[in-house]
Amino acid sequence: MSFEPRIVGFLCNWCSYTGADLAGTARMKYAPNVMTVRVMCSGRVDPAFVLDSFRAGADGVLVCGCHFGDCHYVEGNHKCMRRIAITKRILKGMGIQPERLRLEWVSASEGARFQEVVDSFTEEIRALGPMRLKEWAFIPEQVEAAAAAHGE
Amino acid sequence: MAKPKLAIYWAASCGGCDIAILDIEAKILEVADFFDLVFWPCAMDFKYDDVRKMQDKEITLTLFNGAIRSDENYEIAKLLREKSVVLCAFGSCASEGCIPGLANFTDKQTIMDYVYKTSPSLEPGNNVVPQTEVKVFEGTLHIPNLWNTVRTLPQVVDVDYIIPGCPPQSNQIAAVIDAVVDILKNGKPLPPKGTVLGASDKCCCDECKRKRDVKKIKKFIRPFEIVTDPEICLMEQGMVCLGPATRSGCGAKCVAAGVPCRGCYGLPSNIRDQGAKMASALASVIDSIDEAEVERILDTVADPLGTFYRFSLPASLLRRVQ
Ligand code: SF4
Ligand code: SF4
Ligand code: FES
Repeated sequence: MSFEPRIVGFLCNWCSYTGADLAGTARMKYAPNVMTVRVMCSGRVDPAFVLDSFRAGADGVLVCGCHFGDCHYVEGNHKCMRRIAITKRILKGMGIQPERLRLEWVSASEGARFQEVVDSFTEEIRALGPMRLKEWAFIPEQVEAAAAAHGE
Repeated sequence: MAKPKLAIYWAASCGGCDIAILDIEAKILEVADFFDLVFWPCAMDFKYDDVRKMQDKEITLTLFNGAIRSDENYEIAKLLREKSVVLCAFGSCASEGCIPGLANFTDKQTIMDYVYKTSPSLEPGNNVVPQTEVKVFEGTLHIPNLWNTVRTLPQVVDVDYIIPGCPPQSNQIAAVIDAVVDILKNGKPLPPKGTVLGASDKCCCDECKRKRDVKKIKKFIRPFEIVTDPEICLMEQGMVCLGPATRSGCGAKCVAAGVPCRGCYGLPSNIRDQGAKMASALASVIDSIDEAEVERILDTVADPLGTFYRFSLPASLLRRVQ
């Protein structure tokens, strides 16, 4: 079966969400793989949102905010940039390719840029393949069967 | 009236929790007086069979310390769950995985190879590796199988309450014991299931008396690299202090002594991942909006993952290295 990437996209309300909206109203075609979550500012995206997306089955996470100088809360996107940098380190340390997390600045007028970002990221994730967390759930039957096999 | 029965058990732990219980000093006599101690392998001689012979729910309260990382840990966790009215995850290992949980940064094979084959303290050429089953003259011996992934107690059995801390502070243990005695003696209602006992709901910074101003960090340092200022927030001085990502309850002991909080009281109540929370807090104090410079500053954080997840990796959102 062909693999369709599942991507969670956190879009800031003031620029990127409006940019995505523009791509829509202008009837630009782009990959349908991003499930968007509107946040008030990219500075709202806590590293836990990213980790939780991967836990819940995302293959990639896209975060979009206003360009530097345009954030409606002045420095939310600065914090976001630093958080993404550190979150990539966490992902790498946890054995997840940091490329599965991408940060892009998309303004309200950049519908075409949003289209390009979504398409290229979707292809990148498609190339990386699906993400499955190993041994996340505790399955008592498995453990008990293994113990029985050891003769206990 | 028969005395209420108390059990204390250790699974994958260091023994510090048991010592912390003894650290309540004279109060331990009150405990011995009020309760019938039916199982406490660290301090008294009991056999698992003694517990197996009990009725279901015969033990009033079990304080269970230690993470779950072997068939034996799991078997006894299930057994004590069956036999206890109230099962309490006691300490960081049982509730979040703690130091044994750092094994989730690697895997069983790597650990076994290091410990039994390549560790420098071994005799060269050592090739003695424990087997789960060994035939000896008297019969067959079984050694519990070690798991690839360390689990917390609430991940493997139903748990009623959590007492955090590595180890829980003795004043908090004493307070919990007083509360338990009060409930049992005076027929008071139990707190809601899942309550975190012996701690509060805010973060360590809330209890910390250090002065806070603006945090602007260009370089992170480790505690041994400077003489710490006794009054200013340690993070402001450039140290990675887990105060913002750690539950309050210890009285901010380490920070008061000039050592950054390492996070042993675990997640505050409204947080889902201690490491992510710390990463977020750290990102906020870095003084740069230049990506390359941010990377350079992040390079100065020694062992970021081991630091952010020192006590909570098995309970974190991702649980183990992939
Ligand atoms: S970061 Fe550490 S030193 Fe600073 S206020 Fe919080 S607990 Fe205190
Ligand atoms: S200051 Fe932090 S590390 Fe120290 S006892 Fe308190 S919670 Fe634990
Ligand atoms: S409002 Fe768009 S990034 Fe802050």
